[in-house]
Amino acid sequence: MSELVLEVKNLRKEYGAKVAVADVSFVAHRGEVVGLLGPNGAGKTTAIQILLGLVTPTSGVVNIFGMPIEKERVKILQRCNFSSAYIWLPDNLKVRENLNVFAALYQVKNAKEKIDELLQMFEISHLANTLTGKLSSGESTRLNLCKALLNDPEMLMLDEPTASLDPDIADKVRKLIVKIQKDKNMTVLYTSHNMKDVQEICNRVVFMQLGKVRAEGTPKQILEQFKQNSLEDVFIRIARGGDLVEQEEK
Amino acid sequence: MSIARIRGLLLRYFYCYSRSTFRILDIVFWPVMDLLVWGFLTMYMLKVNSSVPGVFTFLIGSVIMWNVLYRAQQAVSVSFLEDVWSRNFINIFVAPVRTFEFVAATCISGLLQSVCVSLIMIPLAYWFYQYNFGMLGYCMIPFFINLLLMGWTIGLITTAIIIRWGHQAEALAWAIPFLIQPICCVFYPADVLPAWLRTIALCVPATYVFEGMRTVLKGGSFATKDLIMSVVLNVIYAFLAALLFEFLFNEARKNGKLTKMNT
Repeated sequence: MSELVLEVKNLRKEYGAKVAVADVSFVAHRGEVVGLLGPNGAGKTTAIQILLGLVTPTSGVVNIFGMPIEKERVKILQRCNFSSAYIWLPDNLKVRENLNVFAALYQVKNAKEKIDELLQMFEISHLANTLTGKLSSGESTRLNLCKALLNDPEMLMLDEPTASLDPDIADKVRKLIVKIQKDKNMTVLYTSHNMKDVQEICNRVVFMQLGKVRAEGTPKQILEQFKQNSLEDVFIRIARGGDLVEQEEK
Repeated sequence: MSIARIRGLLLRYFYCYSRSTFRILDIVFWPVMDLLVWGFLTMYMLKVNSSVPGVFTFLIGSVIMWNVLYRAQQAVSVSFLEDVWSRNFINIFVAPVRTFEFVAATCISGLLQSVCVSLIMIPLAYWFYQYNFGMLGYCMIPFFINLLLMGWTIGLITTAIIIRWGHQAEALAWAIPFLIQPICCVFYPADVLPAWLRTIALCVPATYVFEGMRTVLKGGSFATKDLIMSVVLNVIYAFLAALLFEFLFNEARKNGKLTKMNT
């Protein structure tokens, strides 16, 4: 087994009486793409926010690169990055300016060359001097990914990166993510509601529902376990509580 | 602490301000309006009561110095709000940025804005009203530093409150300086306040600065003990503000309010 990059052990987050994440455990190894899936309110976003040090867990352990996020947040974040379809870069800055700022924050060496390389890779070089607010959804997503790859992260967290993209752009973005992940042997934690994305990209998936892990394994193992033909069917079944009903009946 | 990361944050503020005429106007417009209103009021008062001219010219100096404090406070709070408004807040806090570096960058932005505003207001005051701010001599330096430090402290407290109570508290970024203005004795001496309010005013570092300014303009010298008092109070409040900021920031991480700021 390759090196352990992410270790989440008995992670729990309570907001008063509400339990957002309930004793969740999973791991990710170097070069692995792990899909964190589940219906709205499953606890995925909270889990990712904890991994990024934005939210303090009630209990449990999160180690990234063998270091606890609570104590070594800056060291860990220097080697990670994050992109979400719901988090934007300032729209009153030009594309290159936004990347300049984050290159400085991540202390990227040869920032100009790196930015040019990424803009070229995502085919948005011609937009370098365009205001970010004037970009289309697809262009914004690609800019977010440029930002997320500036520091050559060893672990990348992607929160629904293809949400709101048309099928053509979504396909391009997905293929680029796969290519970069393979080239750099990067660990990727991927959340999406698009099960086609997940089936194509992820080596392993963790299904969450109501803050708990309901199923974990390779897409093939999950399909066998739930006796379904697609991850979408598994998703629907878990979302509607089918697995819980079965467990209760047993 | 990383200078490169602080530089990165300052670069973001520079791009943001240089791109927007309205933001630049916001920095320059209000101080100039203040100067015009208070300056012409001073001219009028001089006309109707020319026997005590010195009294009224204090007002122009007070307006200039108040804007040092106000700009420093605004830069700290509004720089933070800029990231909230542009939904970039999460991107900044998932970058390897220490809270101290973030605060330091906003404070430097405050310093630069205060210097810019002063460099605009001082020549304007001379041009319009022949008001020579240089009369304050070397005292200008400790006055400026103390007001800057107090502005940063109020900015930090304001930001901490906004983080804790969210968008509904945003208006405080503009309200808090004016809430404390009456007890800073900007335009009048502490003596005119009722005894109980004077006691509170004497716990405010800016009071000593404005009282000192009036003393110097009257031809006296700024008492060293007042300067020390102002510095000591500033250091205590800055320390307490840093503790409050850290506490409320960590609370916001615990109760999830930090991430809610991005919505």
